[in-house]
Amino acid sequence: MATSPNAATPADLTWSPRALLRRMRSADEIAHLVTFVAAATLLLITVLLVYQLWVLSAEARTKFGWSFFVTKIWDPVAGDFGALPFIYGTLVTSAVALVIAVPLGVGGAIFLAELAPPKLSSSLTFVSDLLAAVPSVIYGLLGVFLLVPIMRTTVQPALKKTLGFLPLFQGPAYGIGFLTAGIVLAVMIVPFVLSVSREVLLAVARDQREAALALGATKWESTWKVVVPAARIGIFGSVFLALARALGETMAVTMVVGNNPRIAASLFSPGYSIAAVLANEFSEATGNLYLSALIELGLVLFLLTFVLNGLARILIVVTTARGSGVLPT
Amino acid sequence: MNARLIWRKSMNVTMLSLTGLCALLTVSALFFILGYLMWNGGKDLSWNFFTRLPAPVGEVGGGMANAIVGSLKLLLLAALMGVPIGLLGGVYLAEFGGRTVPFLVRYTADLLNGVPSIVIGIFAYALVVMPMHHFSTLAGGFALGIMVIPTVLRNTESFLRDVPSALREGSFALGANKWKMVATVVLPAASRGILTGVLLALARVAGETAPLLFTAFGNRYWSPGWMQPTSSLPVIIYTYATGPYEDWHRQAWAAGLVLLGLVLVTNILVRTFLSGGTSFERS
Repeated sequence: MATSPNAATPADLTWSPRALLRRMRSADEIAHLVTFVAAATLLLITVLLVYQLWVLSAEARTKFGWSFFVTKIWDPVAGDFGALPFIYGTLVTSAVALVIAVPLGVGGAIFLAELAPPKLSSSLTFVSDLLAAVPSVIYGLLGVFLLVPIMRTTVQPALKKTLGFLPLFQGPAYGIGFLTAGIVLAVMIVPFVLSVSREVLLAVARDQREAALALGATKWESTWKVVVPAARIGIFGSVFLALARALGETMAVTMVVGNNPRIAASLFSPGYSIAAVLANEFSEATGNLYLSALIELGLVLFLLTFVLNGLARILIVVTTARGSGVLPT
Repeated sequence: MNARLIWRKSMNVTMLSLTGLCALLTVSALFFILGYLMWNGGKDLSWNFFTRLPAPVGEVGGGMANAIVGSLKLLLLAALMGVPIGLLGGVYLAEFGGRTVPFLVRYTADLLNGVPSIVIGIFAYALVVMPMHHFSTLAGGFALGIMVIPTVLRNTESFLRDVPSALREGSFALGANKWKMVATVVLPAASRGILTGVLLALARVAGETAPLLFTAFGNRYWSPGWMQPTSSLPVIIYTYATGPYEDWHRQAWAAGLVLLGLVLVTNILVRTFLSGGTSFERS
């Protein structure tokens, strides 16, 4: 593939001198080389990213080993670093987000793919894509000044009254905390679930729907029992993709999660997440061990999202057979 | 039998209306966010906001001119770094590549696209801030540039692939060699789509806060040149919103409105005027 065979088309041979032909061939080679270097730069950046995270976290990795992941204490002054509260907070906020966002997103996708007239469907998808483009700091802003007071005065007391027997909804209502962060995250990831699920549902063959309807199924039965199962792998893909987004989301979570490294069963409790601790402490980290522990947290976050994204893409590719071209970016 | 039919039909109507409600709820979030920001931030927008430096704490007034200019400088750097690499890489994938390398690049691009932005910030910190020993506009631009590359690359590739092969064959038949064919026929044919991708990628990184926190950092004053820390709109929104002063909060709302307005207007214009008008429909 070094030289393009097309450079030597018969037309060239008939009228141009050999020198010109050679020059043109080498121009092709130069173009090939330049574009290859650009593509290789991307590979290089990714490799370098992993290498840097690995090398710079060496001090923390050798000092704490695997116990880093099960230690609950995060005390920069004493030099004790454990990642558990952050991993816990990241997982809990993301789980809350999924519980809210998946039904909303998949439900909305069913409406857009199966029911809405094409024009309405495409304009609603357009709005949902715009929602995905809203910067996360804007969500954080609304979270701090709008959602947190509502949670403190209305939602959390109400939850405590009705579902207070569950350990999930106990404790004082601060407004900030896992639940609030999860809700903000949910709003942020719904557009991803919605638009990817819609693509996947639309990729299900038309015959399947018609066959179900011809057998006497109602519209809902054909959708829920035929179309959704056919698309379920791709829908899982969209959920993984959304989960990867939620895990790595920084600003909105940092602003409402409470920034307190603690592990509590209650969703009302303030907590912390990996991305949030990086945002808050990275630029002020003093000492190599502190910095190295933070970078190890970054490595954990990277690996988590890396695996999830890889899985999501495989699942979506399998169902749509179109590759990740359909993914919103 | 009849009761069962009634049950099935009412189930049908209920569930289908529920899905409609889900779609409605999701979509209305955007209008709600926009409306709430306008209501809260609109009244604090003034000429001073765009032309003045931040006022010292306790003093009323002041603006965010340095943050706006800082954001523009960061975006310029990101574009200078990300667009050429993404564009040329996309050309390689669509026109020059074989099988293995493009597959690898494509997959890596998708993964890099999914890397949390805060991790990109750590990377830029390690690569630019640590050797230089201080925060800088350059480091922030580098972080944003990395985030631009995968999006532009994948977009360029997919739009190049949509160019009908008849155009390529026609240009070969006229005696063009490959790079000439790509540069004068295929790229212009796909230019609107590619431009769409570039502008959307820039609109996306314009709102990124996390990778700037420890690369571009922040600055209360103007940031001369490229080697000093600089203020930027997203970071200042974060700092002001989490700060203790009432006046800061009002400024954060105004800045949020400006940022959201910029991002949404770019998105709407680009999506309606550019991507809607491509001559080759994206499937």
